[in-house]
Parts: sequence; C-alpha cells; structure tokens
Amino acid sequence: MRRLEGISKLSGRERYVDDLPCDGALWGMTVRSPSPRGRIRSIEFGPGVEWSQFVVVDHRDIPGPNEVFLIERDQPVLASDYVRHMHEPILLIAHEDRAMCRAAVKQIRIIIDEQPAALDYRVLPASDQVQRGQDNVLKTLKIEKGDVEHALAEAAHVVEGVYETGAQEHIYIENQGMLAWVEQGVVVTQGSMQCPYYVVNALKHALARDESQVRVIQAPTGGGFGGKEDYPSHLALHAALLALKANRPVKMIYDRSEDMAATTKRHPAQVRHRTGFDASGKLVAQAIDVVMDGGAYVTLSPVVLSRGIIHAAGPYACDNVRIAGRAMLTNAVPFGAFRGFGAPQTLFALERHMDVCAETLGIDPIDLRRMNLIRDGQETATGQVINDGADRERVLDLATKHIELPERREQHATFNITHPFLRRGIGLAMFFHGAGFTGSGEVALQSRVRVAGLKDGRIEVLASSTEMGQGTLTVFTKIAAERLGIDPSQVLIATPDTARVPNSGPTVASRTSMVVGRLVERACDALLEQAGLSRDARGERVQQAIRAWHVAHPNAQLSSEATYERPPGVQWDDNTYRGDAYGTYAWAAYAAEVEVDLRTFTARVIDFVAVQDVGKVLHETLARGQIQGGVVQAIGWALLEECVWERGGMKNCQLTNYIIPTSDDVPPIRVYWMQTPYAHGAQGAKGIGELPMDGPGPAIANAIANAIGVEANVLPLTPERLMQMMDGAHV
Amino acid sequence: MLVQEPNSIPLAGATDVLVHWPAHLDAHAKTYLDLSGLDDLRHISWNQEALTLGARTTYWDVIQDEQCHQEFPLLQHAARQVGAVQIQSRGTWAGNIVNASPAADGVPVLMAYDAVVVLQSTAGTEEVPLNEFYMGYKQMRRRTDQLVVAIRLPRRSYAVQVFEKVGARRAQAITKVGLAMTRSSVGWRVVASAVAPTIRRCPSVERLLEQDAPVCSPDDLAEAFATDTQPIDDIRSTSAYRARVLARVAFHALQSQAPGRS
Repeated sequence: MRRLEGISKLSGRERYVDDLPCDGALWGMTVRSPSPRGRIRSIEFGPGVEWSQFVVVDHRDIPGPNEVFLIERDQPVLASDYVRHMHEPILLIAHEDRAMCRAAVKQIRIIIDEQPAALDYRVLPASDQVQRGQDNVLKTLKIEKGDVEHALAEAAHVVEGVYETGAQEHIYIENQGMLAWVEQGVVVTQGSMQCPYYVVNALKHALARDESQVRVIQAPTGGGFGGKEDYPSHLALHAALLALKANRPVKMIYDRSEDMAATTKRHPAQVRHRTGFDASGKLVAQAIDVVMDGGAYVTLSPVVLSRGIIHAAGPYACDNVRIAGRAMLTNAVPFGAFRGFGAPQTLFALERHMDVCAETLGIDPIDLRRMNLIRDGQETATGQVINDGADRERVLDLATKHIELPERREQHATFNITHPFLRRGIGLAMFFHGAGFTGSGEVALQSRVRVAGLKDGRIEVLASSTEMGQGTLTVFTKIAAERLGIDPSQVLIATPDTARVPNSGPTVASRTSMVVGRLVERACDALLEQAGLSRDARGERVQQAIRAWHVAHPNAQLSSEATYERPPGVQWDDNTYRGDAYGTYAWAAYAAEVEVDLRTFTARVIDFVAVQDVGKVLHETLARGQIQGGVVQAIGWALLEECVWERGGMKNCQLTNYIIPTSDDVPPIRVYWMQTPYAHGAQGAKGIGELPMDGPGPAIANAIANAIGVEANVLPLTPERLMQMMDGAHV
Repeated sequence: MLVQEPNSIPLAGATDVLVHWPAHLDAHAKTYLDLSGLDDLRHISWNQEALTLGARTTYWDVIQDEQCHQEFPLLQHAARQVGAVQIQSRGTWAGNIVNASPAADGVPVLMAYDAVVVLQSTAGTEEVPLNEFYMGYKQMRRRTDQLVVAIRLPRRSYAVQVFEKVGARRAQAITKVGLAMTRSSVGWRVVASAVAPTIRRCPSVERLLEQDAPVCSPDDLAEAFATDTQPIDDIRSTSAYRARVLARVAFHALQSQAPGRS
C-alpha cells in the first residue's frame, strides 16, 4: 500500500501551516530575554518605529493564570518580571508587514538586572545560583532491587565508568508555526503539532476558557521527533493572545534560527556506572546514577528522567540493581521531548560500559552480553517479569552474523597495520525500548478512538493522533481496512481537529501504531455490532450493511468508540517504581563498522546493521523508513551534532554551524526484522518509532574504541573531541 | 555606476548575500550592482600563456569544462566541494574572491595556481596577483570604482597538485581547515584556508619544501605552518585542531604525491 499523502508531499502540493491562506492575518513575533537569569528592570521601545501600528501583548493580557499547563505549572506563558533563561518570551508583537515586524523586534530593548546563572547541571549549584529547593533538583527518582552494596562488595570484578551525552536539536524539516483566530467566540489555533489535546489544555488554562471555547486543528506537519510535543502549546498561546488583542487572525512562523534558539532539545546527561560481575562474567550488581539537565523549567523532565532510568540497566538480568535519577534545574533553555525520551542517554552509557567491562574482564563483548541477556521468566530492574517469547539471543546473533563480525575483525587487524592513516573498527549494542506511556500512563490517558460508517459505505477513523511524517495516516488506513476486509480507498482518516475527533492521546512514546492502532481495531469491531453484523463480518457485506443502516436511520450517525483498557495482569506502582513499566518492549541489536581518518580525526560509519523484534511489522516500507531515519538521526547525535552553548543559549543556531548528516555521511543501513507478536498491539505490533535512536550511539562509540583504542565515552565524538581523546596516544 | 555609487556592492551569483538576506536587515539598505546581464563576463578562454575565467564564470562552468579538468584539476576538485549543485551553478570564482571569506574553497586553488585578479575601472585596467590581493580580514586591494572582470591563471605543468578540504561533514560544509599545494617549474605553492584572517600562502612551508628538508612526520611541518598561520577557536572548530590537522593533511598529501621525501 502506498503512502497516502506521499505524492502531495513529494510534489510540493501539501499545504503546511505557512502555506495556508489566512485573509487579513497579522504576522506575530516574539521579543525574548537577552539574559539567562535576572529581574526585568525595564523594557524600552526604540525610536524610529510607529509603535501605534503594532499590536503588543505582555503578561497582563493573559486572561487566565500566566502558566503553561503541563506536568507542573512553573513556566509562564510570558515572563512578567523575571527571566530564567536566554530567549525566554517576554513580549509579543504583531503587524501586517513581516519585515517591519522583524525590524521592530530588534528595536525593543529588554534591560535585565542579572543574577548568577546555574549553567552546569553536573555540579551542585553555588548558594547564589539556587533557584529551586536547596539544590536546584527538579526531580529525583529511584529504582531499587536486591542489595547492591553487598553484591558489589562480594563481586569478583567491579567496573566503573562515567558517560556523557550532549543536547540535540530536532531539525524537523518544517519549523514551528501556528495560526490563531477567533470564530464566533471560539479561539481556534491551527498549526504544526504532535498533540492537539495538549494545546487544548494549555489554551483552556491560560485563556480561562472551557473546552467548547477552544478548538485546535493540526496542519500537515513536517516532522516532530518530540520537538512538537509540548512546544506548540506555547506558540498556540502566543498566537491566540495576539489574535484576541488584535481581533484579527495572527500567523506566527519561526525561522530556523529562532526555532533552534528558543525551542526544546534533547536533555544532556551524565551517567555513572559501578558494575559487579562474578568470576564467570555474570552480572551481580548494577549501581547507576543518572543526572540530566532539565533547563530552566520542569516541562517534561520528570517523565524523561523516568524513561531514562527504567532503561538504564538494559536488557540484562541482574538481581541487585540501584538506579538513582536526578533532573537539575539550570538556566539553560528548557530541554524537552526528543525521540527516545531519556532512553538513548542511559542506553548509550550502559552499552558503552558493557564494552568497557568486557575489556576489563577479558571477555568478548558479544559473549558478555549473551551471557547476561534477560531470558523469559526473568525480571527487569523494576521487577517486571519478561515472558513474551521473543528470542533475544537470536536478535544478538543475527546482528553479529549480518555484520560478519569474525571475518571483519580479521580484515581490520591487517588493514589497521597497513593503511597509512585509516583505522577500522566494529561495535555493537544490545538494547530494548518500552512502548507506550510509562507505568500507569496509558491508563491515565484513557485514549479514545471513534470509527464512523458513512452513508456511502465508507469508513472514517477519528483520532487525535497526528501524521508528522512517520506514517500514521497510512498505518491507520491499513489497520482499519484489514480489520473490516475492505479496500483502503474506502477508509478516510479525519483531520485531527478537536471539534471533531476524540482524544486518542498524544502522538509520542512509540504508542500510535501499537496502542491507538489497537483502539482503531476495537472501534471497527464495535462498528460491526452497531451495524448489526457479527464480529467476523468482512468486505462488501460490511459496506452494504452500513449503507442499509443509513437508509433505515436517516439523518442519524453510525459510529462507535473504543477506550483504552489496561491489558490484564499489568501492574505498576508509581511510589516504589516497581512493576510492569511498559506493556511490552521491542528488542534490538545494532552493529556499526567505522573508519577513522587519522589525518583529520574524523570517524565515519561505513556499514550498519539493525536487527529488531518489534512485533508484527505493519507496513514494511514505512517501518524500514522509521528504522533507517532513526539510525541517521542517531549517527548525527553520535558524531556530528554539537550544541555550542553561550550563557545557556545555543550559539550555533544555523544549519551551517549545527551539522546534521547528509546522505553522503550515512552508510548502507541494513534492516532485519523478527516479528514476535504482541497480543495487545494492532495486529500484534509493538512500538517502533523511538527504538532506532537508542542503539547507534553506543554501537558507533564501541566501534571507534575498537578502531583506535580511545575511551569514547562522550557524545558527540566530533573530530575535535576525538583528537583530545587521542592526545598522548601515538597513532 | 561604481563611480557614481562608490559604496555599491557588485553581485555575481549572490549566493552568500542571499542566504543571509532575511536575517541581515542592515544588508537591505545597501546598494547592489547586479552583473547578471553582462554576458561578456562569463567565459573560459585560453591563449598560449594563460587560462582566463570571466567574473561571472561559475563553478559549474568549470566543472563541465574538459580542458580545465586536464590542465587545472584542482579547480574542479574545489568547485565540487562548494555547497551543492544549486550553489555551484550560481556561485562564481570572482564572487568567491571578493567575498573574501577566510574559509573560501575557490580561492586556495586559484592562489596555488598563481592566479592574477584583473580589475577594471574607467581609469583603466589593473592586475593584482591573488596572493597580494588580501590585506586583512575582508580587506582587499580593490578600489570602490574597480570591478573584478577576470581571473588569469598561467599555464604550467605541475608535478604536484593537492587540494584538501576538511569540513564538519563530507559534503555541504564550511571549511574548518583547507589546503592547496602545487609544485611546478616556479616552485612550491602552499596555500592554507580557515587558519588566518585571509586565505594565504605559507612561505615558511614553501621554503622548507624548496630546501628538500626531510619530512618524516606531521611534526616536521607543524612548526613552519605555525609561523605562517594564526588559527583561532570559533564556533566551527578549535585552533589546536586546525593547526594539527593542517600539518597532518599536508604530510599525508606529500607522502602520497611525492613519496620518498621522508
């Protein structure tokens, strides 16, 4: 089945928010903090601008609480008297002419009485940098099982290591953008987003409106990767405030530089491992400390930290585990959701550490992993018993087989002593990714999907899950068509418009195909019953029955809903962090072959193998695209993408200076599937979207360590960093 | 026109100006002189002694020219490294010279080929060796009434021709360190980019090579490069990286181009 919107995207006919007609709209722009922390002393409107022609909004124009509704409510919509990070929004201005608006922003001077900023999350703050509690800690979380200290004391070997990963920009191809207008008393926003109902909640709260007075419509969205999970709430609020004050539609489109400077990024993290093994190489203790930079407000950091620590011990069996997680407040631009959501950081540390341990123990790194892989009937760090029938050992074996590990190791041994300046190496990572919301999150969401039978016999699927390039439209169409045995052309997917679609939850956490897709199936089943059919009815019979129902019920609507139900036996305790952290996990082993150029200290991935068990693969082309795209994004994170910081703001916010991979920087990415079905996912599918972000970082770092013998424990491994690591070593 | 509007900026390709156009509001108030209508300035011409490129000759024009490929292969190497095809087909060699970026890719190879900049004004024609054209960061020996009309490269036979660009990725990257080297009957030319306020020749390195001094490791070149360049830390790289990589790239290029020097 072809990608539904593929041709319109390829041919440039798709209309993104900036392409949508919006008669009489003003351009809205944002005036931001020039300082990482301090009190706003004054705001000066410069000369030479006709300020009376501009609509200007500040915090006093907010009808409700000056709070962006999320996990906590510490983040203002617009700073009133105090700023906590660079680029924090303070004022909004709007004008008919975009260039005049842009010029005017530069004529507004914000004077800040600066206070000492906390800019390094790895060290505890000085007393004058403390802004939350005693120590700027935003959130702590702990997982504990067994007696770690005792086991470490008894262990035959204890291996320690410290690992760090940097921030990462999403670089969705379409920048953030939003339209807002008021229609018969209803505030409407339309734009690029992942989670329309998050925007609804933010608008309701800060604009002091009930749900009937706000409406949110997703426009075709050019990529999200988590960057459009919470941020569009801010932009929608800004656009809506301007539209309310101007009494005209307002359009806000960030340019690339503003988007990179002001919006969220992946959390930087530092992870410490202290690991005990018995004499044979069996894991007996894992003590893991995870610290993340949350930035200046809480935003999503507690849940990013949660997913991070749950994945920190990896897909291994170990009786004694203690994982302590801490998210720190700093005066950096807040960090947020990004594909993998904390897991790539902790899995980098774990899987790089496994190679360090193997070297210390004198065991082959593949053997060390195989020996400790979790087996059916064994428990994860949170005490979740794994019993899914997935053959994890085979996942690992397939990766070593397809990368031709023994043969290439032999080839490299010769190559590396004969080539004047190139060195090759090979590395692997074994990992897992929990699909759907963590813990009791899916239960709390109570996601709903509606399926309608139309007069002409076609089916319409109504959900708030968004297409952002990953294939939601095509996959939902396929799931509904196959469930009802009808042609995909007979299935429509409703635009996520909160005036029409129920809340199927946010489009995040690798949950859309698995969780929401399953709701599509169940709503289809319910529709059959509504139409008076048995559950096994399929094909033309279904469409005939729908048409007949409409004849019998003129002017009525035929539709049915499914609401999320917790799979039987799943238990989670949020207080103790014990139980079934996720309904299911995808398992994977990724292998990378790299070549390091000793002239320039540049590492390049020259071959890549990705083996995974993601349950049933719903659409092979789209699934392969997800894996390959994720691997490319992770290659960028591992080797190229470095946020250069200045006072907690990103200094290199242009695509000429923030380097993402081009097709020439990417090797062949060979994708292999194992398909152990998951009973509670659509057709047996598990989550897939985030998985490929987890494995490439450690696989590549391990390969570089293998090639040139450096401790490649920090990402990104830019040439400048590799040069430092190699200093002293004569190569 | 340049006499009447001495501060106007001639445009030949405008690939740099237009990229920054939305953000650089101060650029909007300046006067630009669009050369795109002057077809006489777009040519690749040969005579007995020299190759001449017109001021509007693009990278793409050179990439497609077989004789350029034969006699001046580094021009093609460098041209292929500038942006992608869109930029290569608009961007010009002369534009690259007067844009005066210390990280330019066209300039180092032109300089390694002893290119001469041909300037014209109502007062007449002046020729300045490219090697002497830059006086400091974005400072050039071009009077405001002069227009670069051509670039002339002497025809010689070369024993060594090297162009190395080190960017942050394999394509579409701004140069972090660049090197062009040639050896002909007139001697060695070693040109470094992105390691000084301007692209420049490295006379100490050239002297070392002329003297046939033994070069057994990058360290044997590093001191001479250090005399000739002043790399800095900036948003793209570090001075330490630039200095070390320049010497290493040069060393390995010499090893492969002229083995037996060690």
